[in-house]
Amino acid sequence: MTPSMDLGRLRADFPILERRIRGRPLVYLDSAATSQKPQAVIDALVDCYRNYNANVHRGVYSISEEATEKYEGARDKVQGLIGAAKRESIVFVRSTTEAINLVAYSWGRQNIGPGDEILLTEMEHHSNLVPWQILAAEKGAVLRHLSVSEEGTLDLDEARRLITERTKLVGVAHMSNVLGTINPVKELGRLAHQAGAVMLVDGAQSVPHLPVDVRDLDCDFLAASGHKMLGPTGIGFLYGKTELLESMPPFMGGGDMISQVWLDHASYNDLPWKFEAGTPNFADAIGLGVAVDYLQAIGMDVIREHEKQLTAYALGTLGELPDVQVHGPRDIDIRGGAVSFCLGDVHPHDLAQVLDQEGVCIRAGHHCCHPLMRKLGVSATARASFYLYNTENEVDVLVSSLDKARAMFGQFGPAGN
Amino acid sequence: MSLPLDDLYREIILDHYKRPRNRGELDPHTVRAEGNNPLCGDEIQVDVRLADGKIEAIAFQGRGCSISQASASMMTEAVKDQDLKDVAELVDIFKRMMHGEDVDLDELGDIEALEGVQKFPVRIKCALLAWTTLEQALDEAAEETP
Ligand SMILES: Cc1ncc(COP(=O)(O)O)c(C=O)c1O
Repeated sequence: MTPSMDLGRLRADFPILERRIRGRPLVYLDSAATSQKPQAVIDALVDCYRNYNANVHRGVYSISEEATEKYEGARDKVQGLIGAAKRESIVFVRSTTEAINLVAYSWGRQNIGPGDEILLTEMEHHSNLVPWQILAAEKGAVLRHLSVSEEGTLDLDEARRLITERTKLVGVAHMSNVLGTINPVKELGRLAHQAGAVMLVDGAQSVPHLPVDVRDLDCDFLAASGHKMLGPTGIGFLYGKTELLESMPPFMGGGDMISQVWLDHASYNDLPWKFEAGTPNFADAIGLGVAVDYLQAIGMDVIREHEKQLTAYALGTLGELPDVQVHGPRDIDIRGGAVSFCLGDVHPHDLAQVLDQEGVCIRAGHHCCHPLMRKLGVSATARASFYLYNTENEVDVLVSSLDKARAMFGQFGPAGN
Repeated sequence: MSLPLDDLYREIILDHYKRPRNRGELDPHTVRAEGNNPLCGDEIQVDVRLADGKIEAIAFQGRGCSISQASASMMTEAVKDQDLKDVAELVDIFKRMMHGEDVDLDELGDIEALEGVQKFPVRIKCALLAWTTLEQALDEAAEETP
């Protein structure tokens, strides 16, 4: 633990961590799926609904102005977090999934044609695969995928080969939600730009856990979800370079995204509102703004350091167990705190069920990465994932709980497949 | 809320998981169906050989959690040598049990051990996988032989 982070005090900010499950403390190790919320974020939602709930960008009355100010203030906070040059670059959407779909729908339909190539990777989440499959099928475009090595990393040499003048977009997860791998998105972006392609970074796992600076990465698009970064569900954002966002047609039509409307045509609003049709999810956006404040008060570098140490500890203890196989890189500098593993031939689903009995929440399944599971040669993995509030003691509880699963399922299982 | 794990992982379930019955492929088979549970990645293949309106032989293979595999193993034992009409009824009773309806457990034999699964909502799909796959196989067979 870093001296600048008082874990005891920090944990007290998260009321859910006081919960007991079957008499045991809740050990929440599934923050890659969704994070827990500090009281400040919960309070912000209540404050909004109790004290100034009114539609934004509409009313002339004071509480509407207040709501608008707070909503737009949340945008500034997100802008600050990721180092965007302009606030117009931040479009509020529902989630990472919606952000990527927005790009595939709006930018993709305008810029992708027959034979054009879209380069993704084998470790992408379904949300960075399926929108492009739909687009490619519609436009006759070609999907290519960077392969994942044994250690769970990408190969820049392969990227150099695969990124050509036919490539129009490179889309890569900054951090894998299964392997924890932190991908070289800056270098990939450079290669993409050299070839005249656009770089999209799926920041669902990186923005909550690492310092992310879009000016440093020089990516064209970055997508993230509020609920994975201490914020509410139902809110996320798309960062886009303003030149690109300007040139793109709207994603959805409706109120708020227009400037003037006639019966048969309309002119569109300025950025970022051109992409925010209808009443936005202002309450949750405001909650996200408070989450960003919370993260920044601690410091993303401090959070990263804490998770690095915790992940090193987990890789160390799990790695020592002869019947545990850990997926993903061992080098702590190129990975985050999502740790997928298998316990002997105990099915991850059964493992998660037994751990639940001990109050330990881990994820079991394919983690929305079917192609990666096939690549790893498994149908599912168990995954523990850490965040700023997790402790080494919780890792110990995880490890000692494995015995229960061993006792129940150990040394057998279906003979072969 | 306290759910004893023993309700889920009954001895007989673990036994079928450990030593699956009728595991493998069936050659020749009348029909083969594949099912999967996208939520947890469980996969199953069911081969059925029909003769005289009965399931003469059945085999399954696949991978998945103890519940999905044990349920498949138990199912193959229960439906073997049964009239298709009785099989359809058994499938129906099993599905209703998984959906929490009161059913006559005596009809089910060993399969009754899976009753505890319905208290674990996310596992119900695991238990049902083999059964819905069998249903699919039998539907296909019925379509092919008018
Ligand atoms: C790498 C990655 N991309 C995208 C997503 C999708 O996020 P959401 O479901 O919030 O849209 C996730 C969430 O699991 C993820 O881990």
